[in-house]
Amino acid sequence: MSDTNENKLYGLVVEFGDSNALVKAAERVRDSGYTHTDAHAPFPVHGLTEALGIRRTILPWIVLGGGLTGCIGGFMLQYWVSVSAYPLNVGGRPLNSWPSFIPVAFECTILLAGLSAMIGMIALNGLPRPHHPVFNAPNFERASGNGFFLVVEADDPQFDLQSTRALLDDLGGAAVSEVYDD
Amino acid sequence: MKKEFTAAEHEEIFGQMGPMIDPSLTIEGVGDAVAGVPERKTMPYQWFLVLGVATMLLGFLGLSITALLIKGTGLWGLKIPVAWGFAIVNFVWWIGIGHAGTLISAILFLFKQDWRTSINRFAEAMTLFAVACAGMFPLLHLGRPWVFYWLFPYPNTMAVWPQFRSPLVWDVFAVSTYLTISLLFWFTGLIPDLATMRDRSKSRIGKVLYGIFALGWRGSARHWHRYEVAYLLLAGLSTPLVVSVHSVVSLDFAVSVLPGWHTTIFPPYFVAGAIYSGFAMVITLVIPVRHIFGLKGLITPRHLDNMAKIMLATGLMVFYGYLTEAFFAWYSGNPYEMFMMQNRMGGPYAFQYWMLILCNGLVPQLLWFKRVRRHVIVLFCICIVVNIGMWLERYIIVVTSLHRDFLPSSWDMYAGTRWDWMLYLGTFGFFFFALMLFIRWVPMLPIFEVREIVHAGHEEHED
Repeated sequence: MSDTNENKLYGLVVEFGDSNALVKAAERVRDSGYTHTDAHAPFPVHGLTEALGIRRTILPWIVLGGGLTGCIGGFMLQYWVSVSAYPLNVGGRPLNSWPSFIPVAFECTILLAGLSAMIGMIALNGLPRPHHPVFNAPNFERASGNGFFLVVEADDPQFDLQSTRALLDDLGGAAVSEVYDD
Repeated sequence: MKKEFTAAEHEEIFGQMGPMIDPSLTIEGVGDAVAGVPERKTMPYQWFLVLGVATMLLGFLGLSITALLIKGTGLWGLKIPVAWGFAIVNFVWWIGIGHAGTLISAILFLFKQDWRTSINRFAEAMTLFAVACAGMFPLLHLGRPWVFYWLFPYPNTMAVWPQFRSPLVWDVFAVSTYLTISLLFWFTGLIPDLATMRDRSKSRIGKVLYGIFALGWRGSARHWHRYEVAYLLLAGLSTPLVVSVHSVVSLDFAVSVLPGWHTTIFPPYFVAGAIYSGFAMVITLVIPVRHIFGLKGLITPRHLDNMAKIMLATGLMVFYGYLTEAFFAWYSGNPYEMFMMQNRMGGPYAFQYWMLILCNGLVPQLLWFKRVRRHVIVLFCICIVVNIGMWLERYIIVVTSLHRDFLPSSWDMYAGTRWDWMLYLGTFGFFFFALMLFIRWVPMLPIFEVREIVHAGHEEHED
């Protein structure tokens, strides 16, 4: 595992005992100019998104797109079926009796918006991905328990094993460890 | 004008209510308490007992469905004029129960009601299983359930398309969307907890199985950010959805021109009734579960108290609905409407009607008293009574409007046959069987959300 000749360095990982220390550390790393960073915590930590400088996700736009597709598609389907594919005269009402088409158009809106929210979130997160180098970090199973991890990835333009390590050492977490791809 | 409370007043008001969750719980303690249930070597005897009875009832389900498929819907008590009967009564009853789960997980989330975290996972699971039970009835009611896909619009060799002006088609869309979105919402909430289960698991098989369903979740801050956005959006989407589903179900009735069904009060009255019965079911289930699995620190009397208050509020709305129905019948001046109401109150089903008023209208008034809301056994009994009352409500709505047709020559009586009852009991088997498996394998409280609450609570104390 520590055979550096064959394995690519993924990054440096440091663990903290509580979320406040993690947020403070993340702010310092961000202010030092690192961008390829990440943090791992058992629950969404308040302020961590800003502390890491994470940009707002585009997910809401995807959901809006899904919802509009569902709404327009659902309505057009009913319009086409009722007016052109299978016109039925029900009590002399117009073929395009749009008020009756609202419930199904609404349900289609919710269905596609909900599916886009779920699938969009999973896809943007790059999941499912059973293997990830960060799982090699020592004690990483605590990331879903009571551990708070900060990662600086090796592909960060500022990354330098010695100086980055020195910065992380100074943050007050547990021992800094090098994590390799495999 | 906003009144500012002093700390002492605040203490006086909230102190006597007891804490929302046990203040001695830590972030680790939450994981141990919740994940500890699926990690148990064996389950308590009550679990086996429920599973055993549920398996037996599941046998009823198989038997009654098999008989139905061989003989046809003539096995049921359905005939003209009462062609809806148990199938629709049970469908509406089960789907109504589901609504509390969505209300707890979505609407209370949007209103930032933190107490929901202790019960939302369980209630969402209840929703899923209840909607699955509900879906069986209209499918079997089709008579030829194997061609159920004819309900959906798709190009077919018959060159026929659904009639989109019919509420029955709206129902297909509403219920299938509801089931899909409930499943998504439930699974989205589960992903981080499944990762916790994977990381805690000692056995290879546990790691692999929980690992597959956790999708490789690693608690990354970037992932949490998108996750929170997705969860908020799903909650926002589920909120109008849950209102729409029972509204559409009520339109199945209200769009027709039958006396007693053709009223504008139906959609809100049905939605309130759905939430009412759903909360009754959540409380019925949660009271024994918190006792048996040692979760009293997480599901506290405060939760029961809050849920009882929601029941009381929605119960009053439902009762208002009953009064409006009677008023409408009188005020309409329509002889058929007036006869329908007279027949309901004094006809052959008068006993069921007055039982319904007793169960849904009068007994729940006990919930005004705090001592009743805090008394676990009394609360449990009231919830059972409400569940029965809500079933009677649907029975009365379906049967009394149909059995006295416009022409007296078409009048008839309706009663469920033993096959009707067996199928109904069978769905209970399915419901409890699924619920027991859920308790066995899945963390029944959202671990990460409760951790957030615990964490926030500790922060407050430190400040």
